[in-house]
Amino acid sequence: MWRWLHPYAKPEATYRLVDKLLPWFAALTFISLAVGVVWGLAFAPSDYQQGDSYRIIFLHVPAAIFSMGAYSGMAIMGGIALIWQIKTAEWVIPAIAPVGAALTVVALLTGAIWGKPMWGTWWVWDARLTSELILLFLYIGVMALYFAFDDARTGAKAAAILSLVGVINLPIIHYSVEWWNTLHQGATITKFERPSIATSMLIPLLICLAGFLFLTISLVMMRLKNEILRHELGRPWAQHELEKK
Amino acid sequence: MINASMRQVWFAVLKRDLRIAARRRSDALNPLLFLLMVVTLFPLGVGPGPDILARIAPGIIWVAALLASLLGLERLFKDDFQDGTLEQLCLLPQPLAFTATAKVMAHWLLTGLPLVILSPLLALLLSLPLQGWWALALSLLLGTPALSALGAIGAALTLQVQRGSSLISLILIPLFIPLLIFATAAVENASMGLAVHGQLAILAAISVLTITLSPLAIAAGIKMSVN
Repeated sequence: MWRWLHPYAKPEATYRLVDKLLPWFAALTFISLAVGVVWGLAFAPSDYQQGDSYRIIFLHVPAAIFSMGAYSGMAIMGGIALIWQIKTAEWVIPAIAPVGAALTVVALLTGAIWGKPMWGTWWVWDARLTSELILLFLYIGVMALYFAFDDARTGAKAAAILSLVGVINLPIIHYSVEWWNTLHQGATITKFERPSIATSMLIPLLICLAGFLFLTISLVMMRLKNEILRHELGRPWAQHELEKK
Repeated sequence: MINASMRQVWFAVLKRDLRIAARRRSDALNPLLFLLMVVTLFPLGVGPGPDILARIAPGIIWVAALLASLLGLERLFKDDFQDGTLEQLCLLPQPLAFTATAKVMAHWLLTGLPLVILSPLLALLLSLPLQGWWALALSLLLGTPALSALGAIGAALTLQVQRGSSLISLILIPLFIPLLIFATAAVENASMGLAVHGQLAILAAISVLTITLSPLAIAAGIKMSVN
């Protein structure tokens, strides 16, 4: 682990790697989102119960899953930053936080739009909805804490600690539909048995999931590149990199 | 030998914090007065009907308790940070995470315990039935230690921030929400005559978890600020 991570403790090496990988991930994002969203919204069969309005799952489910995925990524980076004191890992946290917050907002909004025809209400104080809203507050807290310090290094460490502390909310969101029997439906895909969804709907959904995963990674990479340049502005390699563009 | 000195340091820190609080009584009293005043506002705001008040009493009392516990938090480590006491605590041979629990304990004795003692008065003011009061007192007794432990994380993280109190609220309120949900569910069940063991057990579990794990985060936060 250490030997594998070690070169990327140097911001320059991380920047080069991200710069090289980003076009690939951007292309993957474009292809999978185009295929998945068009297939899901236009060609997948409509649901026997929910009609066409179920189609919002092709945006809602991936956004909800990766709003949590982004948070766990942030917490893992927080752990790495605190244990091995790697600067670049600290910078990944502010790179992820706004992306994760945006995904959370998308999940909440699409959920509200889905909830209106299905449940007859935009919002209920259901366990899963509430815990997803708390996730949004956690992201906002991490961002606010990161920018509250005069010394950027201290802010990054504080944000790392807070993102680790907030991890406790993730299992609460995930299991909320099982622990509290409320309006939100149970898990249909993220469980270990056979997913309880028709294959003709599952395949475009999986493509959309892949698309959102690549989208999250690409956005984080773009933000990470900026973050690295912002902190390393005084260094010759960063000047050189900027002149090249 | 090491154990004995660890216990001595722990009690010395606790005693020192309590003595400081005794010399500055307004700091300890203000959150309680705030709580009483917030609770007073509700009968004026929603009307004095005992039915409505008893129905929303657990929520009012717990929300007021959350807000009151946020009030004094900024001061929890700040004075010690400014006069160098925290630095000395970091230099002790005893682990900082361990001595930090003494400060959390002092905070709970000054803010959590008075709430439990005050709860009969609050229950009376909001015409909560007697069986509801028992659950309220128990939920406060089991839940407020977690408030102190989580609050100390927020205080430790924002030590270097100039006006940190609004930031503390922003960080901590999301972490407090699970406590609020289970505590109010317990009181509500109790006033309807249902079993409350489940919710109280979850509250106790949250408290045990936060008290054992939060010192690590508190120590990391203090070390980050003290350097």
